[in-house]
Amino acid sequence: MAKVLMDGNSVIGEAAIRAGCQCYFGYPITPQNELTEYMANHLSRKKGCAFIQAESELAAINMVFGASLAGVRAMTSSSSPGMSLKQEGISYLASCELPSVIVNMSRGGPGLGTISASQSDYFQATRGGGHGDYRTIVLAPSSGQELADLTHRAFDLADKYRIPVLILGDGILGQMMEPVEFKHEAPAELPVRSNALRGAKGRASRIVRTCTSNTSDMEELNWSLYRRYQLIKEEEITCETFLVEDAELIVVSFGIAARIARGAIKNARANGLKVGLLQPVTLWPFPSAKVEELANRAKYFLVFEMNMGQMIEDVQLALNGKGETFFYGRPGGVIPTPSEVFRVISRHYYQRGLS
Amino acid sequence: MTKVYSRPKLLKKKIFHYCAGCGHSIIHRLLAEVIEEMNLQERIVGINSAGCSVFAYDYLDIDMAEAAHGRGMAVATGLKRASPETVVFTYQGDGDLAAIGTAETVHTANRGERITTIFVNNAVYGMTGGQMAPTTLLAQQTTTTPYGRDAILEGHPIRVSEMLALLGGVVYIERTAVDSPANIRKTKKSIRKAFQVQIDGLGFSMVEILAPCPINWKMEPLEAWQWIGKEMTKVFPLGVIKDITGQKDAD
Amino acid sequence: MGVTESKANGYIEINQELCKGCQVCIAFCPKGAIALSDKLTASGYIPVSFNDGSECTGCAICAIVCPEVAIEVYRG
Repeated sequence: MAKVLMDGNSVIGEAAIRAGCQCYFGYPITPQNELTEYMANHLSRKKGCAFIQAESELAAINMVFGASLAGVRAMTSSSSPGMSLKQEGISYLASCELPSVIVNMSRGGPGLGTISASQSDYFQATRGGGHGDYRTIVLAPSSGQELADLTHRAFDLADKYRIPVLILGDGILGQMMEPVEFKHEAPAELPVRSNALRGAKGRASRIVRTCTSNTSDMEELNWSLYRRYQLIKEEEITCETFLVEDAELIVVSFGIAARIARGAIKNARANGLKVGLLQPVTLWPFPSAKVEELANRAKYFLVFEMNMGQMIEDVQLALNGKGETFFYGRPGGVIPTPSEVFRVISRHYYQRGLS
Repeated sequence: MTKVYSRPKLLKKKIFHYCAGCGHSIIHRLLAEVIEEMNLQERIVGINSAGCSVFAYDYLDIDMAEAAHGRGMAVATGLKRASPETVVFTYQGDGDLAAIGTAETVHTANRGERITTIFVNNAVYGMTGGQMAPTTLLAQQTTTTPYGRDAILEGHPIRVSEMLALLGGVVYIERTAVDSPANIRKTKKSIRKAFQVQIDGLGFSMVEILAPCPINWKMEPLEAWQWIGKEMTKVFPLGVIKDITGQKDAD
Repeated sequence: MGVTESKANGYIEINQELCKGCQVCIAFCPKGAIALSDKLTASGYIPVSFNDGSECTGCAICAIVCPEVAIEVYRG
């Protein structure tokens, strides 16, 4: 199909509808309002579908819980401060094994912060900002096309593993307009999950709960979730690499930072520096094996992210002492430029005596 | 002799964990009777909440899901919007509905979501040991108002039903009690009507039920049942708070 | 003194293992047909028991007020 020029937020909306998303519940917060408004325009009057501007992000995530109980594909979106409100709901969704898609177009923080892009929710997304032992799949798009593809994949992953899936975007990606190709058509019939809770017709009544007075039950749930997380780690890790084959220094970045890094690396290569990029696309599960593999050839890893140093911890864990890591970051919604990042790359490159 | 009263079929054969004289078990029983009589068991989902009734699903033999504390109405909204043919009700206590869940309560009612709410008001937080609730009466002693609820320090009891009645989306709210055979029968009728409002697609319906909490009120069961009529109804009068079903039928 | 003879054609069965001795049934029974027993249930409550020789009419008020659904009512 032809490419369309669309802002990233709207791309997510269109991709979700084409993935068979039946319910969207959201709350206005910059910089993701275009997504909420897109769903108001395109989902609210679609047959069998529902759009609600909820009274808060907290209400919205719980509406997703309800819709997912009923067996339909449901989504909510927000930005950093609103994501904090959703953490309780995400913990409950994970515990009840309810498929759901949650989009975070992050902005500067902490607190109410700025409306400009940042990547300071990496910990919140990958370590689980809610309570309890659980993980959620986290996808990090870095372009309009990736927004389209990964949104579609998010719904499939959510249903396949009965898990909440987070799409970790940011303010720039949301506002950026790029040509995008939507590779999927909306399904003719909206899917209803086999274990939907709609009334005990032709079967015994069923309960969905998170509270129990039986600690063994709770323990067994946790072990069972973790077996599933192992499976996800084996099957779903995704990352992109750019010019790593002969690289002496590897930049590790996700999301919009990876985009900026590519520009810096092209510049570096033009100047004869052997630099490459590792872009994790699944932040959880993290591509640790890839990091380890790259450390066989390259010794230096420059982790560039728009925060105070979050993904760098996962890189260090993966390296396990095998390589050296450096950090470059700009928090608070400040957008680094490719030339700025190129200067940082060069400095590290020449300081290490690389040629 | 013919049997004229037996255990409803939709009540599982499990001993209630509720205290002697508690109102929850009576309300569970009424729900079981109404759901069976209206033949709803195959298309009904109950959303229960935090509090003593968090284990309601152990007793009612219907599909049930547990919501986070206070979020029952948001969960019910999502479910009903996703599956409009399903009859959805929430079962919430005074803390769940009128403290932590206030925003969800007001907005779900305001949007006129086609759900039914069973609001159990016992003027105290039972499960956690008897702390103050939004509906605790002035001068009532609880573990967090050991000197009696003081209007200046702790505010007034909230009349949630009257408050919600102001909202356009609300079609039917009635306040009843389970402190006497007559009131128990009235409660059952209200629950029936509230479900019918949902089935007819008219809007939001709620039954606020004054219920006894003997242990946390530090009273014998009978004394607790009598306290409802003597004291609670002064602040929470029984009766129809709002009923525009006739109007809605015309619409 | 003009006492009407009511037909004592009712009978109730109390499942004592469910009874928590709240005594609400005793308070509301119009015929005084229920009383505290001298037993102890497995849960440690003192249950009530039905007085067989009473004037029970099978009105079912006891069953309606019983929080434990411990009473089944017969009428003939």
